[in-house]
Order: sequence, then C-alpha cells, then structure tokens
Amino acid sequence: MRNERTTEEVALGIRRRVFEHSMRNNGGYLSQACSAGEQLAWLYNEELNLGAPTLPMIPKPFEGVPSPSNPDYHTGAGYNGPAAPDFDRLFIAPAHYALVAYATLIEVGRMAPEGLEMFNKDGSSVEMIGAEHSPGMEVHNGTLGIGLSTGAGLAYGRKRRGEPGRTWVFMSDGEVQEGQTWEAVQSAAYHGIDNLYAIMDVNDQQCDGAMSSVMEVGDIKTKFQNFGATCVEIDGHDISAMRDAVKESHEGRPLIILARTNPFNSMSILEERFPRLHYVRFKSEEERARMNVSIAADLGVEPVDYSH
Amino acid sequence: MVEMVSRPYAKAFEAFAAGNPDILCLSADLTSSCEVDGFRDRHPDQFLSLGMAEQNMMSFAGGLGLAGYRPFIHTFGVFMYRRPYDQLMASIAYPRRKVRLMGFLPGITTPGGMTHQSIEDISVMRSIPNMTILETGDATEVESICEAADSIDGPVWCRVLRGSVPRLFDTPIKVGEMRELSSGDDILVVTSGICTEEAMRARSALAKAGLSIRHLHLHTIKPFDSKALLDHIGSVKHGVITLENHVTEGGIGSLVAETMADAGVGKRLIRLGLKDTYAHGGSRPYLMRYYGLDALALVRGIEDLTKQNFGITEDDLDSARVEDVHSLVKAEAL
Repeated sequence: MRNERTTEEVALGIRRRVFEHSMRNNGGYLSQACSAGEQLAWLYNEELNLGAPTLPMIPKPFEGVPSPSNPDYHTGAGYNGPAAPDFDRLFIAPAHYALVAYATLIEVGRMAPEGLEMFNKDGSSVEMIGAEHSPGMEVHNGTLGIGLSTGAGLAYGRKRRGEPGRTWVFMSDGEVQEGQTWEAVQSAAYHGIDNLYAIMDVNDQQCDGAMSSVMEVGDIKTKFQNFGATCVEIDGHDISAMRDAVKESHEGRPLIILARTNPFNSMSILEERFPRLHYVRFKSEEERARMNVSIAADLGVEPVDYSH
Repeated sequence: MVEMVSRPYAKAFEAFAAGNPDILCLSADLTSSCEVDGFRDRHPDQFLSLGMAEQNMMSFAGGLGLAGYRPFIHTFGVFMYRRPYDQLMASIAYPRRKVRLMGFLPGITTPGGMTHQSIEDISVMRSIPNMTILETGDATEVESICEAADSIDGPVWCRVLRGSVPRLFDTPIKVGEMRELSSGDDILVVTSGICTEEAMRARSALAKAGLSIRHLHLHTIKPFDSKALLDHIGSVKHGVITLENHVTEGGIGSLVAETMADAGVGKRLIRLGLKDTYAHGGSRPYLMRYYGLDALALVRGIEDLTKQNFGITEDDLDSARVEDVHSLVKAEAL
C-alpha cells in the first residue's frame, strides 16, 4: 500500500494536523511533530512494507484490556496492516509520540481524520500515551526502554521462523539513559538479530529540558557501535539521507539510524519555550494567539479558529 | 524413608521441551544453577543466553511471545521480578504472553541471603492481573511443572525446587486443584512448597497426641478454588493454620485469610511464615528453625490454636532429611 503524495508533503501534513490539534486543545506534543515528522513520514510513506489496514478507519471505542474474559480484545496494530510473514512491523517506543503517530496514520490514509478528534477523550482507544490498543500500536511502550527489547525478541522469533518481514522500532534519544536500551542492543548484536531496525529521533530533549542539562549521554553513535550495532548518523530532516542510511550493510547486527533533529524545526516560535519543549501548553491566551499566527505562517496554513 | 531425586527439573524440562519448536529455553547466566545446562549442551538450537540483563530478557521474551513462541525463562526467582518488574508487567503480564517464568530458589531455600531470597514474590504475583502462580513441593511436582505451566493460556509464575528434592507425591500437578494429604477433623493445616514436608513430619506426633489433622497442600496459588478450601474449613473443629516459605503478608496465609473473611467464616486462623522480616544466609534447616518455618514451629502454632500443650519435642518428630549446603548436585549452593 503506497501513498501517492511525496514524503515531504506527508511530513508537512503531520505537522499541520498536530498544530491544528494542539491549538484547539490548548497544547500538545508540538515539538515531537517538528523533530520526527520526516522520520514517521518516511517510514510509512516509503520504507515500511505494510499491508492494508485491518481495522475500521474510525477507531472503535476502548474495548477492555487483555484478560481471559475479553475474547474480542485486539491491538491497534491492525492500522499497520496484518501481522503477516512478509510484512514489516513497527513499534513506537516513545508512546508519548502518539499524537504524531496518529497524524501520520491519517496522512497516509490508514485512519480517518475523525480519529484525532477522539485523542485523549474518555472511553476512546486513541489514547494520549499510546496504549497497545491505540491506532498503530501493538505493544505498550509507556515506559521508555522497553521498545527495542521487545523488537529484538520479535525480530529474533521472526528470523527463526524464516519470515522475511523486518521489525522496526521508532525510538527517542532519551531512551539511551535507560540501561535496558543497552541490554537490548548487546543481546541483538550477540544473537545476530539483523532484521531489527531502529530509527531514533535525536532531538536532545527530555521532560526536564535539554538532555545535556538533565543527564549527558555522550557520543551515542560510538556507544551503539561499541555495543555491537551498526549505527548511521544523519540529518533527521533530510529524507534522502534516510533512504541512504537504510542501505547500510549490517549483516549480523541490528541497524540503528540516528536522526539528528531540530525540536522546533518548521515551528520556529517554539524556540521561545526552549528548553522546556516536552509538552507545550500555552501559558496565556496571548501566547496561544501569537503561536497560532506564527506557526500557521511557517506551515503555510491559515491560523486555527479555536474560539468555538 | 523419603526417596530423594537428584536434579528433577533437568530431566523434566528436557523431556518436555526437546523437539518442541515453539518452546525456547532462556537463561540469564544461571544455566547450571537452574539445571538447564544439559539442555543447553544437547539442544543448543532451542537455548538462548540473554546474559545478566533481566530487564531486556523480560521484554525480549514478550517479543518472542508475540512471534508465537512459548519461552521458559530460567533464573533465580528473585532476579525475575525485583529489578525487571516494570518489564514483566508491560511486556508479559498485561498482554498475556505465554511466557513461563521458572523462578528457582524460592524463599529461604538459599544461603544467599536477602539478595537471593524471593520472600515476597507470591504477594507480588497475586496482585498482578492475568498471572497464574504455581509452586512445587516435591520432585513429582517439579517433574510435572513444565507441562502444568505450559497448559496455561497466559503468563505463569513457578516456584521451582532444585538439587536434591524429596518425592512426596505420586501424581502430577493438576492446575487449579489442591492436594488433601490427610482428612482429620480437628485442625486444618494448609501448606505449600518446602513447608509441606515439614507438616508431614509433624503429623504422626500430633496424631499420637490425639489430634486429628486435615492437611492441604497447595501447588496452585492462583487461580484458587475458594469453595474447596471453605468446605475443608467447615470440616474442622478448631481452626486453620498456614505455613509457608514466604512472608505471611500476601502469601498463602493471606489467601486463606481473605477467603475466610470474604465468606464470613469465624474460625481462628494462625499464619506461620516469615513475619515481616528479611532472612539472612544459612542452611535451609537452620533458616527454617530460626524463622519458624519448620515442623516444630507448626506444632507450637497448633498448640497455640488449641490452647493445649502436647509436650511434643524435636525428638518426637519424624526425621528430617539432612541436606548438605554444598553437594555434588549444587556445587555453589546459591
């Protein structure tokens, strides 16, 4: 299933949807759309080999958590198509990127725009922190560091079964502060899990501010290489660089693409909020109005009418 | 004389898992300590070393479950839940992955002290939705634990005995049932794990003292057959006493207490086990005596329950098997 639009257009569309949603809701994960727009657009629009969605375009309400008494339970992975041997799988490891991921599903025609209106509403499956039943999600990744390990286990199992499909993990750089990330890389390298791919949004941001001011993590690329991964570092807003990076030879090793990004790319006014960009809630109506005009101009759309 | 079985898990796991392509043996650097070294050597294609990295191992096993495998994780119980609790929840318990968590060295069955002793794991696991809990009390139960665990559609927590293990029973674990080891009508004794053998040691002395004991052994702690327990409680005159290799909070003592309270049963209950304390390192008999988990502790508890002194001493109890801290079957003893 291929989208007819260019990946650049999809990335712009993701940012516009997140912008409009955040303006209407007096805040949102704006910065994540700035940094990760191209990565998710590239994955869904070009790189991932996914089948047609198996779930309705308008997400169903929350239908209960997994339990022996909930036989109708399903995950949100159906928006990425069926879990068939040939197809790729994707985990969104930082589940707070869910708003950006949902916008991506809409932009590539896998979810109806109405889906975003259910975001963070009681009784909805379109949860603020993506749960495993949320559109596009397959496992819980609400605590950071879990995603790559789960991806490694799934990729190992798929390789063992001879499935050609790849397992992808979209990661965030803050996750390298978690020890589990390093455990995952060393296990993937040791077991030769080379059908495991990760692309990491290296935006140098975390809840408390810039990573360098919270917990310096040093040279991530060298660290990943030393733990046994093949690692390529690129400009995370350069789609052609992604196309090249994924071709990197990595036999017997997982491939990790470090996408260096600007957390206020294409929404320049967000720099005013630096270094607190994790979740942008407007401090005043005046700020909201000013950001509305500025970001709309950056994205080439009309300001959002959020008055009603 | 009780038959002693050497390394029952080693043979049982290999017999069960070898040749079953959907079962993988995972280990975290305690392969021989968990008796799967022979399996590793003879079936390397089904063995996966994940190193001393339990957080990754839990989520990795969750990923394997997602790929349709049924991983059996082997490490000391305490290392399986204390550090990687979040991963256990998110990657295994919540999504009901068919991961079989084989936790060795339950409670004080190790001289390793606090860091090696899983004394509150049942309490933790009982509070986890979707989790099944099994505990082995003898060699026959160890021999049948793999099949019992693998019959569960979801994650399973198993307390597994290793090394030299007595054979007390001649029938395998039947998930969801309990063993009625004697059917007296004065006192109901409920035990699990290594404490069942202790209760059996006390039975003949108590019988000589004129006390009729109904003794239940629990190998399935969750799900639990409350109605069966209540029927047994209804069959005894004086009350109930529990004995477990675990803290009394949240273990089988709590399980019995909750069952009685929910049903409005007004009989007395005495819960024996670790009483709001960590243990230290030492041999199993020493620790069982020191912390009141042995046959004599049970007798004293029953005296308290019945307000009688039977004059039973250590000499009146059936002999305990003497287990070396260091032996050929478990060189390091940890």
